[in-house]
This record gives sequence, structure tokens and C-alpha cells, in this order.
Amino acid sequence: MTHKPDPTPPLRDIRQTRLGRRGFLGSSAAALAGVAAFRPAHAQTPPATAEYTPEFFNAAQWAFVIAAADTLIPADEYGPSGSEAGVPVFLDRHMQTPYAQGSIWFREGPFDETLGRDFGYQGPLALADIVQTGIDQADAWCRDTRGAGFADLDEEARIAVLTALEKGEPEFARVSASRFFSDFWKELQVGYFADPSWGGNRDQAAWKGIGYPGVRADYSDWVTVREAYPLPPVDLAGNRG
Amino acid sequence: MAVKPQTDAVIIGMGWTGSILAKQLTDAGLNVVALERGPDRHTQPDFAYPRVVDAVEGSIHRKFLQPLNNETVTVRHNRSQAAVPMRRIGSFKPGTGVGGAGTHWSGCHFRAMPDDLRLRSHIEERFGLDLIPDDMLVQDYPFSWEEMEPHFDMFEKVCGTSGRAGVLNGQRREGGNPFEGSRSAEYPLGPNPDYLGSEMFTWAAREAGYNPYPIPASNASASYVNPYGCQMGPCNACGFCSDYGCLNYSKASPNVNILPVLRRRQGFELRANAQVLRINLSEDRSRATGVTYVDLETGEEHEQPAGLVLLCAYQLYNVHLMLLSGIGQPYDPVTGTGTVGRNYAYQNLNALKLHFDENTHHNTFIGIGGAGATIDDLNVGQLDMRDAGFIGGGILWARQPGSGPVRGIDPPPGAPSWGRGWKQGVRQGLLHSCEFEAQTGVMSYRDNYLSLDPTYRDAWGRPMLRMTFNWKPNEAAAGQWYVDKLRALIAPLNPLAVDGEAKAMDESWNTTSYQSTHNTGGAVMAATPEGGALNRYCQSWDVPNVFAPGANAFPQNHGYNPTGLVGALAYWTAEAITGQYLNDPGALVR
Repeated sequence: MTHKPDPTPPLRDIRQTRLGRRGFLGSSAAALAGVAAFRPAHAQTPPATAEYTPEFFNAAQWAFVIAAADTLIPADEYGPSGSEAGVPVFLDRHMQTPYAQGSIWFREGPFDETLGRDFGYQGPLALADIVQTGIDQADAWCRDTRGAGFADLDEEARIAVLTALEKGEPEFARVSASRFFSDFWKELQVGYFADPSWGGNRDQAAWKGIGYPGVRADYSDWVTVREAYPLPPVDLAGNRG
Repeated sequence: MAVKPQTDAVIIGMGWTGSILAKQLTDAGLNVVALERGPDRHTQPDFAYPRVVDAVEGSIHRKFLQPLNNETVTVRHNRSQAAVPMRRIGSFKPGTGVGGAGTHWSGCHFRAMPDDLRLRSHIEERFGLDLIPDDMLVQDYPFSWEEMEPHFDMFEKVCGTSGRAGVLNGQRREGGNPFEGSRSAEYPLGPNPDYLGSEMFTWAAREAGYNPYPIPASNASASYVNPYGCQMGPCNACGFCSDYGCLNYSKASPNVNILPVLRRRQGFELRANAQVLRINLSEDRSRATGVTYVDLETGEEHEQPAGLVLLCAYQLYNVHLMLLSGIGQPYDPVTGTGTVGRNYAYQNLNALKLHFDENTHHNTFIGIGGAGATIDDLNVGQLDMRDAGFIGGGILWARQPGSGPVRGIDPPPGAPSWGRGWKQGVRQGLLHSCEFEAQTGVMSYRDNYLSLDPTYRDAWGRPMLRMTFNWKPNEAAAGQWYVDKLRALIAPLNPLAVDGEAKAMDESWNTTSYQSTHNTGGAVMAATPEGGALNRYCQSWDVPNVFAPGANAFPQNHGYNPTGLVGALAYWTAEAITGQYLNDPGALVR
């Protein structure tokens, strides 16, 4: 049951790299060095969804992600849709981080899921595997029950599928539908609202839509003012939204 | 295994208690080696703006919290279950790295109430001991509030705590907490400014006849130099306290308020990425000889011999190391014998979210971690426990530590959780809502306890710490009672909607969603060796050169946040070591 100690999880930044999944399974010394390493400025603007070639997801999964992002986050007066904001780009990149690959979760067995919901996910999979496996299962379920993959369904049907997943109605073999939905939807929200350098929230449009000032992090002048905050957001790269 | 040169004292964990002990012991001329399992941390580069406020790294990747890949705890509700690992951070957030949880806390900095420290006597005098259920373990702290006052005071001075005294040298002061123990000094800094929710709470509390006062917060309201010469800048309300290190030298932390002095000392050596595996004992187990640790950068094991071993890790891991090392007798919930693992308790937090119209600007991205407004009118001392129907105490408060959409925003009740209408709800929650909370103490019980897990092992092959905990009717009743009071207080504010509920009477502990990092007990202070693993100086009854100051020493948890008492206990312990133990090494209580 004992496994090899893996000192402090690798916290290196992959936003500026194109490392594949295996690239993160390096030595612990490299991981530690990564903690202190200087990170270049957030200068590079990530590509739009349409211009991006996924590295983590295959074509079918990518179509699912785009369709789901736009169903869960439709465009309206409060901001762009998920794919317009680059959320699929965020997700493809984020799935390749040490975090999504399981670096900060305890993942050794035995795996006992009998205690129930109060004790959280008790399976062996990392977040990236939960998302990827969940997408495959959900897409297969759409084909079995509705005769088409998720991306080929109309909006009404997509909403019905996502509602069923959220409620845990389909019986999936490896990852429960509700577990998948919960982790997947959380990831999409993070992607929508994270700093644009992570791939989503293009042009800080998601922040502007909800009135969030981004990384300004200095409100001494507004604590006791009882009005709307007047300044637009700022991102990590210093761009004004 | 490499054996390092002997040192006078080895400190396990470099958070608040470790830093305080290191300062006080090196002041006394001792050589101190501090071993911290996580990385070293400095304001620059670790908390430097703007990267530190990247919410993905801070609140999703949890850069400043304990990663659980190597070690975690196992959890279960009762003794009939097989515990399972806490695989993701959930109900609480232990820190790691130099500064410990003292880097990513919010800053709420309360002293205990005098009656919190003599809870059993208070109940006996006011209500009769028959009020205490059979399975509840209520104990007095083995010292008086007056003995602790200088140490509360010192820790506030070190932290630059911002607040307003309510009772100063026996005299009532307007605007402070009228029920507090008599203070020897005013807070080092005046209160932080009021955001809208705090102003609303203060108004409503006065309308209800209560005595609201500013929450004492170690978030500096002005420039400050502490007694060690360490400097703090005024808080700029950035809204990134909880989960984050402070970008502005404004939130008190070991890194800002103590370590700048320690790092320059000849007699102090800090080794980061040093995971202590066990405390080594002499053959007859009468004294500790040092510790064995792994250097995580090389993977090599080392032995560090030491005259004193100071357990200054997070509460859970102090208890874990005592159990692993055979210090004291493990608690047995069946026979009631043994003390290590006994009296585990927690905190009971119940939140209500108030939603207002679009002309009411709460701007919840603004935040000052510990600041806000609270009342003690319903806390221990003022509370008629027999009438209320539960034991303990608690407070109502308004706080705004800062929120953001990556960290999660609660939309108004009825708003969709995704799809059309979702973003509008997020905007409403972010800009036009505020949060009021009821925080209550948690009592200790015979069958809420810590022990070693029989199945799960950590990356070094050690049995994990197993938590057996569930909410009891007393705590559920307390939560409901305080939330009822809070609802009544809120009513005149006329919010559009109020969201949230007190825990239901039969609700079990949900280990997956965050509620509080105020874990307490497991190796508690007591007047006798039967009552707890530690004596009144946080000294092990069984191995007298081991001290374990920290929240693990609380016999039960009070309604306040624990850090003020934790810091005071560290100064109290240091005084006992330097003033008594060094002159006559051995048990300080016989």
C-alpha cells in the first residue's frame, strides 16, 4: 500500500509550454525547482476556440466540450458564451496541469465507496480522467438513447441531457454521471472566470459581464463607498478590460 | 541514516506556534532547529502581486494549502464504519510551508472569553452539572484567564491587531465588547473601516438591543511596527486573505511578523521541505531524544537529536506524531482510558446570505479578511444554557473577507445554477449580497476522537490519522438557536431574499465542502494526567521534554476563531520553558 513519496506537488506553470501529460511525471527534484522558478510575464494571448488544436481531448470529446460549454454558458447581455470566451481552450490546457493529473489529491487504495456522499469521491481517477471518461460515457449515452452524439443534438435536447447528468440519472460504469457533471461544470466555471492567461475569459469579457474588477486587488478607496465600483477589470498581464 | 549535530530544541512545523517558540527560545540563548514539511515562503516572491491573486493557483490548485498526495487523514462518522481518506481538501484547509496556516488565514483574532476557559465550573455554578449530557466531555482549562491575559496582549501586539477595547483596566469603553475580560491595553491599532454589510449588521444589532463591536482583526488598519521591529502596511482591502498569502504586509503572519527577526539569528536554523516522521524516545520512553525526518529534496532520512522537542505542526498532525511516536497512551473510546486522541472537537459555522436590489452595492470582491462586526450578547457568560437548550456559546457576525467568481459565488435563491439566467445570478451574488454567520463552539464527546487508521498508510508507510467525528444534537441545537436569532436580527434590513439554513438536527458531517479550519483537541491540557495528554504548560505528562502548544490543547472549542488563544498558548508555553523548565528540566506539574 505504501507508494513512492512525491514531494510537494509540482507547481510549475504550463501555460507557456506545450508539454504533454507525460511531461509532468518528472523527478521530484525538478518539481521542487519548479516552485521557485521565475515565471515569465503573462504576455501571450491564448488562441480562440476556433483556432485552437486540442492536445488533451480527441475530436469527439472536443466537440462535446464546445457544445456543453455553450449550453451551460449561453451568450447573453451578461457576457459571451463558453466557447466564445475560450473555455474549451482553458479546459484542454488545464487537463494537462499537475493539478488535473492528480498532484494534490490522495489517490492510493483501497477504494471504498460505500460510505456515501459525505465522504466525496473515493475512486482512483484523477480529475483529468474523470472529465475525459465522463465525456466518453455521456456521449455514448446520447448516441444510445437519442441516436446522436451530444454535439449533434439541438439545444433543448442538450439541456435535457445535462439535467439528467446533473441528477445522476444515467448509470455509468466508471464515473457516476453526477460526479462527472459536478467536476466538469466546476472546471468550466473556473475557465470562464479565470485570468485570461489560462485560456478562457477572452478579453476579460466574463469579468466585465458580472462586474468583477479582476486582479486589481486594491480597494482602500472603496470600502466605505456605497456605490458601484467604477473601474474596469485588469488582468495578470496588466491589460485593461 | 545521517545524524545531525545535537541542538537544544527542535521545532516541528513553522507556523504561528513554531515561530513564537523559536523567537522566545533563541531570546533565552538556546540553539533551535526548525523543521517544516513544506517549502520556505517569503512575501517576495511567494506572495508578490499580481501572481499571488491568481485565483486558479490560490483557490483551485491550492498553492498555499497542504497537498494531500503524500499524507492526508481518514474520516468516518462513527466507530462502526471503516474510515476512508479525505482525498480532496474539503471541510477544512490545513496549511503547509513556512508560515503554515498563519499565511492563508483570514485574520480574525479573538481572545477567549473568561468563562470559555472555565466552562465546566461556569456550568456548575450557573446551571448545575446535570445539564451536561453523559457522553459530553466538558473541562476547565488548567489556568485562569488572568494568567493568560499578558500572553493574549503580547500576541496582539506582535500581530498589530486592529480593534476596539470594550473593557480596559476594569473600565467599560464605548464601542467595544462590553463582555470581554478586562484588558491591560487597548488594541495596537484602531478598527478597520466598515463595508456595507458590516454597517448593516451594526445598525440591526443595535436595533435589536445588542452591543455590536468591530471583530478584532490582524489585518492592519494603519502602518505599524511591532515589538520585534517588524513592519506592517495598512490593509488595502484586496479581498485575497483566505487561501492566500498577503501581498501587502498587512495580514499578520509568521513570515511578516516574526521570521524577519528569526532569520537573522545565529542560534536559529530553518530547514524547509523537511518531513518529520516520528519523535524518537529513550528506551524507557521517559524522554525524547530527537526526531527522524526526511529531506524531501534528496529523499534522505536524517536524525536530529535535541534536548527539547516542540510539536508545532497543525493540530491534527501534532496528535498524529504523538500517536505514531508512542508519546502518552492512545485514547480508547470503549474504556474511556488513555488521552492521546481524546477531546477532538471542531467549529460549527452556519451562514445566511442576504440578497438586495441592484441599488445596494456590497461589492463583495472587496475584502478585509478578519474585519467586520460581531456581538457577544449571546455568547458564553451571557447565555442561559438551560433555557437555550444547549451547552457552549457562539457569536453572530458580518464579515466580508473577499470573494470572486473562481472561488464561487452563490446566486440568489431560485436562480439557475447553469444555463440561461446563471450569469445574472452570479452578478447579483457578487455585487448585491452579503453574508452574516452564526459561529458556535463544539463540545468534545466520548466518541468523537482521533486515532491511527488500521488500513490506510501515507507515502512513508505510516498509519494515517483517523478522525471519528459527527455532529451531536447539542451542536445542531446551538446552530439552530443562533440562526433563529440571526434571522430575527436581519428582518429590519428587508433583504429581497435570505438564503441558507442552520444544520438540520440529523445532519451528518459533510467532509467535502468547506466550513472551517478550526479543528481542536486530541492532545489537550488538563489539571490531571487522566484529563488530557498535556499539563497546564502544554507539556506532555509522559515525556516531559515534549511540549505541544496549539489548538490540539483545547479541551473543547469555544465560539470564537482559535488563533488568538493558540498564539497566547505558545507565549505561555515559552515562558514556562524559559522561566521554569530550563532551570529544572523535568515535569513542571507533579
